[in-house]
Amino acid sequence: MTAPNDKNNDGGVPVPTTPAGASSTAPAEYPPASPAGRGMFGNQGTGDVSGFGGLVRQRKPIEEATRPYGGYFDEVRDALEEAYPQFGDAIEKVVVDRGELTLHVRPERIAEVCQVMRDDLALRFELCSSVSGVDYLGADGRRLHVVYQLTSMTYRRRVRLEAAVSAEDPHLPSVTAVYPTADWQERETYDMFGIVFDGHPNLTRILMPDDWEGHPQRKDYPLGGVPVEYKGAEIPPPDRRRSYQ
Amino acid sequence: MTTSNYATERETTEGKVFTVTGGDWDQVVSGTDPINDERIVVNMGPQHPSTHGVLRLILELEGETVREARSVIGYLHTGIEKNLEYRNWVQGSTFVTRMDYLSPLFNETAYALAVEKLLGITDEVTERATTIRVLMMELNRISSHLVWLATTGMELGAINMMLYGFREREYILDIFETITGLRMNHAYVRPGGVAQDVPDDAIVKIRDFLKLMPKKLKEYEDLLSGQPIWIERTKNVAVLDVTACLALGVTGPVLRSAGLAWDLRKTMPYCGYETYEFDVPTHTDGDVWGRYLVRLAEIRESLKLVEQALDRLKPGPVMVADRKIAWPAQLAIGVDGMGNSLEHVAKIMGQSMESLIHHFKLVTEGFRVPPGQVYVAVESPRGELGVHAVSDGGTRPYRVHYREPSFVNLQALPAMAEGGLIADVIAGGASLDPVMGGCDR
Repeated sequence: MTAPNDKNNDGGVPVPTTPAGASSTAPAEYPPASPAGRGMFGNQGTGDVSGFGGLVRQRKPIEEATRPYGGYFDEVRDALEEAYPQFGDAIEKVVVDRGELTLHVRPERIAEVCQVMRDDLALRFELCSSVSGVDYLGADGRRLHVVYQLTSMTYRRRVRLEAAVSAEDPHLPSVTAVYPTADWQERETYDMFGIVFDGHPNLTRILMPDDWEGHPQRKDYPLGGVPVEYKGAEIPPPDRRRSYQ
Repeated sequence: MTTSNYATERETTEGKVFTVTGGDWDQVVSGTDPINDERIVVNMGPQHPSTHGVLRLILELEGETVREARSVIGYLHTGIEKNLEYRNWVQGSTFVTRMDYLSPLFNETAYALAVEKLLGITDEVTERATTIRVLMMELNRISSHLVWLATTGMELGAINMMLYGFREREYILDIFETITGLRMNHAYVRPGGVAQDVPDDAIVKIRDFLKLMPKKLKEYEDLLSGQPIWIERTKNVAVLDVTACLALGVTGPVLRSAGLAWDLRKTMPYCGYETYEFDVPTHTDGDVWGRYLVRLAEIRESLKLVEQALDRLKPGPVMVADRKIAWPAQLAIGVDGMGNSLEHVAKIMGQSMESLIHHFKLVTEGFRVPPGQVYVAVESPRGELGVHAVSDGGTRPYRVHYREPSFVNLQALPAMAEGGLIADVIAGGASLDPVMGGCDR
């Protein structure tokens, strides 16, 4: 049952190498149906007589949200549309899931959108709670997503902005001019994912040593580790252990 | 200026060159750059007792005045977020509890709330489990603030405060040990509820603690609040106003000490905090003194919350009813710590094959979490502790990111320190209450 996109490595977690179903128009909402979609014990190929290896799990696709979204989400969208005329050009997708609103923003527009989100009186997202990354390797041509959690202290609302860039050209504008608190968080995202925030005053590594090679939180960066002997048996490192998928 | 026989000068392409042959030092010194000459760079840390762990500060000093301050972090980076991606969802609890080691129950609760939101079972978490979470978090807030008081007291010269703070914290750790089996790193709050019920003797201990603590708080105030040295070292030191706090993303007691009553327990309630009676203490000066008063007042509010939570504890389950999610074992504390109760082992080994299968499946495989992403935030002793969790539909987290208040708040250190005295760097840094385990993760 070897899938065409999965590099079947030696018993560890199969890591897809080439983007499947990659599209550069709309960013992926889900991580790839990683190992989770197929089989159960990681043995793809021979030896599986249980039938579990052929198990395929269906995932309900997240559809773009339709109006009305409910809650304050409609107000946020209306206010942003009014305050930011280029809305249609900048916002790629609006997703409402689990009571949270996500605006997928075209990466080159992210600083402008943040500026409007902060300054417009009907929006007032004064606090940028968090900036971090997610690597959607295998699900999306623009696999590196930057996720901004904005908080409006005035209206007590939260909104998530998401911008997707490709690993080949991982550039997007820094929002430090709008939210100075993003300084260290963008540095961490750069450190962990290799996403370059143009215009950041001092984009250097922050958690890893300065001379570190690679970006550890990327999905194609191995966890590492050494086997450990315990009571006579050798325990492989976590990413080499047999596991359910 | 008289031409001197001792130091002749001439112009070169590199600037003025003096040939010193004797006295007239005034002229020699005036030819150099007095500012740069006076400035020295001092490396404080990473092993400095008053940097709360392995925080390194690079200070450019002019005399005793700090001209520039830069913090260097990462010495305690342990890759917890990456590690989480290789363990199942329940195992995540044991990792996140080790991030901010002074407030482990907040890390766990935030994580559990995020996983529950992903699973869509937020409403199914039982009332008793939620009340226990509140109880544990508020006790944890007290213990965390006590450590703050203790370490800050020590750093500003009140060594006995250090002893008192850690002494009272020990009561709370003892309560935690009774309930969870461990003093720290509990892994007690699990997705779906808590690991096990609160034993009766813990209730007695908490009641005793509630009686004891107000007296102790009075003691701290008697010791510090009127003490001239403490006031000198804290008042008007390391001031940060609301504007600066918001720009730098600073939340928690530091923001409240500047005057903004932003507390997620009130403003974006979770775990039923909206049904509890408590106040959000604030101060207006935005200095170390204000942060001291706010934290002391927060201990009092937490005591009120603990009391209310105790009164609300009604018998009931502490895990969701869904056996596809709930940890199958009945955990009990044995001589070697917490583990499966003997009754449970006897049942699965001797009586019920189904239970055995269930136990095996959930413990080895874990449960699947529908794909998607959530962001959940709780008010930790240091500010907004946020969890961004992404699931791919499998049994392991796809990505978990912690928005750590220690990490975000530390950015404010240069703003507090620059232009002040080097001694105030210690006071200002301590007032942020950074925990490097959480900061570096």
